[in-house]
Amino acid sequence: MKPLRTLLLAALCALPLACREHVESKSYFGSAFPERHPTSYPEMSANAVLRQAPPFEGEDIFPCSECHDPDFMEVDPTHRELEDPHDTLDPLRHGAGRLWCLDCHDAEDRDMLHLASGRTIPFEEAPLLCGQCHGEKYRDWLGGAHGKRTGHWQQGQGKEVWVCANCHRAHAPQFKPIQPKPAPKRPEVTR
Amino acid sequence: MSPEVSRREFLCTVAGCAAAAAVGGCSDITHTDFFRKRFRELEPDELKDIIADLEARQTAKYGKQTTISTKGPLPGVEYGYALDVSRCVGCRRCEYACFDENNQGHDPEIHWIRVLEMEQKLGINFEESDPYYEAEEVPEPGHFYLPVACQHCRNAPCVKSCPVGATWEEEDGIVVVDYDWCIGCRCCVAACPYGARHFNWAEPKLPAEAQNPNQHYLGNRPRPKGVVEKCTFCIHRVREGQYPACMEACPVGARTFGNLLDPNGELRYILENKKVFVLKSELNTKPRFYYYYG
Ligand code: HEC
Ligand code: HEC
Ligand code: HEC
Ligand code: HEC
Repeated sequence: MKPLRTLLLAALCALPLACREHVESKSYFGSAFPERHPTSYPEMSANAVLRQAPPFEGEDIFPCSECHDPDFMEVDPTHRELEDPHDTLDPLRHGAGRLWCLDCHDAEDRDMLHLASGRTIPFEEAPLLCGQCHGEKYRDWLGGAHGKRTGHWQQGQGKEVWVCANCHRAHAPQFKPIQPKPAPKRPEVTR
Repeated sequence: MSPEVSRREFLCTVAGCAAAAAVGGCSDITHTDFFRKRFRELEPDELKDIIADLEARQTAKYGKQTTISTKGPLPGVEYGYALDVSRCVGCRRCEYACFDENNQGHDPEIHWIRVLEMEQKLGINFEESDPYYEAEEVPEPGHFYLPVACQHCRNAPCVKSCPVGATWEEEDGIVVVDYDWCIGCRCCVAACPYGARHFNWAEPKLPAEAQNPNQHYLGNRPRPKGVVEKCTFCIHRVREGQYPACMEACPVGARTFGNLLDPNGELRYILENKKVFVLKSELNTKPRFYYYYG
């Protein structure tokens, strides 16, 4: 690890841009993080378009309030094994046992998620929720060091920003191993 | 001197460069190719004629309407690239997206991007790295991956090593090759510390269905035998505002391309907030390709 660290340090000092003053960079997220209206994410770049999250997997699962109607169904906050239609969510592989459904889903309005403050947000604004527990990743996502952009590199020219749900499933967020493309052929002639 | 002798063969004989002559020489080189000036000295109307000729030949050969752009650098733009080593899983999607996008030779296969598999306990170690790993699933335990292509150096050894000025750095930072001026001496291949330059030993085979008709003169137009080629940041895409093909293809979002001069751009955020490094910084090549740990 030591030579790697030396390399890192040497590389850092060689960077003309990294040695600039550090004042500006704060303005990426402002101070009201992250309790502000998220559909615009002004700190990201003015006209970026958010990519749509994949549709829900469960058939007829939305609106949740079809079943979770307070007049017909009681909220049951106990940590338990769930039955149909939520048996596929078991075990909840997010947070190594430390999380439970109602940390994220609003108990009263099941069609919404909720933030720590109690404010409810629609599913489309889920990155705000993720950001409350994963602040660094969220900031990196806003700034462009995490997540993914496609389309056009110029600001405001049709840049598309992928949301967390394009890569992480909320209930099992770890990125799954994938099959690689074949190895390139070894050259017959050496360079 | 008859027009049947290619300029490359002629130059090689004059220079006594026997090795290049052995593999140089290109079958379908015409009179116009032979007397062509270097790209940067062409008058606009000369260039127009050349492009029309090249487009027509390819349209006939591959059966697809081909366009070859000569679009120059955009003002106020210097391209850069950053790659999150901690997220890369070594799936080679970028390598093949590049292969398809850039009309790379199918036989022998040329890959501008090589994904190097490295052992975590050894850290970044080029000697022990392997681009030919086979795996059912990636990432493989105990390993990490480092995709390497042209680093678009500000202080590029390849450019300095070229005896004829056939490779240079554009205003926007892209290091390009004039395939019609390259004499195939391979000095640049030897000079590049990243193994990013590739030589066409044989006439490259490009199946018609694989041909990408959207091209740039200094980028992905099919190369003849006996010249050197490499990554151009997808010059035909990025000068039109698009992202390079490798970035679009990355499933984990490890790749970030952009304008280094844009103070609100993603690259500036990464340079200011992440632990960034460049490969072989001790060589003072000053790459525009950065690596970081997210
Ligand atoms: C970390 C926060 C979090 C926790 C904990 C959580 N969820 Fe979710 N859940 C979400 C988010 C965010 C979505 C929206 C996912 C999307 O956009 O793809 C969602 C979607 C769903 C859906 C619709 C999914 C589909 O694809 O059909 C159901 C049903 C659901 N949650 C139920 C539950 C239950 C039951 C639990 C507890 C076992 C739970 N959730 C725990 C955040 C959470
Ligand atoms: C088809 C009816 C139905 C739909 C639609 C439905 N649920 Fe449920 N949900 C249930 C039932 C039944 C239970 C109780 C299961 C048990 O106790 O084993 C439950 C339990 C839950 C629980 C555990 C807490 C509690 O109150 O019992 C959460 C959280 C939850 N659902 C979230 C959601 C969300 C989020 C959606 C929409 C994305 C949704 N559900 C849609 C039927 C439904
Ligand atoms: C209530 C807090 C909370 C919220 C909200 C939350 N997470 Fe997590 N997340 C955790 C905890 C706790 C862990 C486990 C960390 C650990 O094991 O050290 C975790 C782990 C993760 C991991 C790493 C998984 C792994 O096994 O490597 C990812 C990825 C992740 N979360 C993504 C998300 C996304 C995406 C969202 C929004 C849908 C989200 N989180 C919302 C608390 C939260
Ligand atoms: C382009 C796909 C992509 C997007 C979009 C994305 N991530 Fe990730 N994220 C990854 C990959 C790949 C990893 C590394 C693999 C892993 O640890 O599972 C990762 C890792 C993480 C981790 C775990 C870090 C650790 O220390 O293990 C968290 C937490 C996380 N992401 C949160 C988020 C949040 C929050 C968002 C949205 C604001 C988001 N991600 C958007 C691909 C993505």
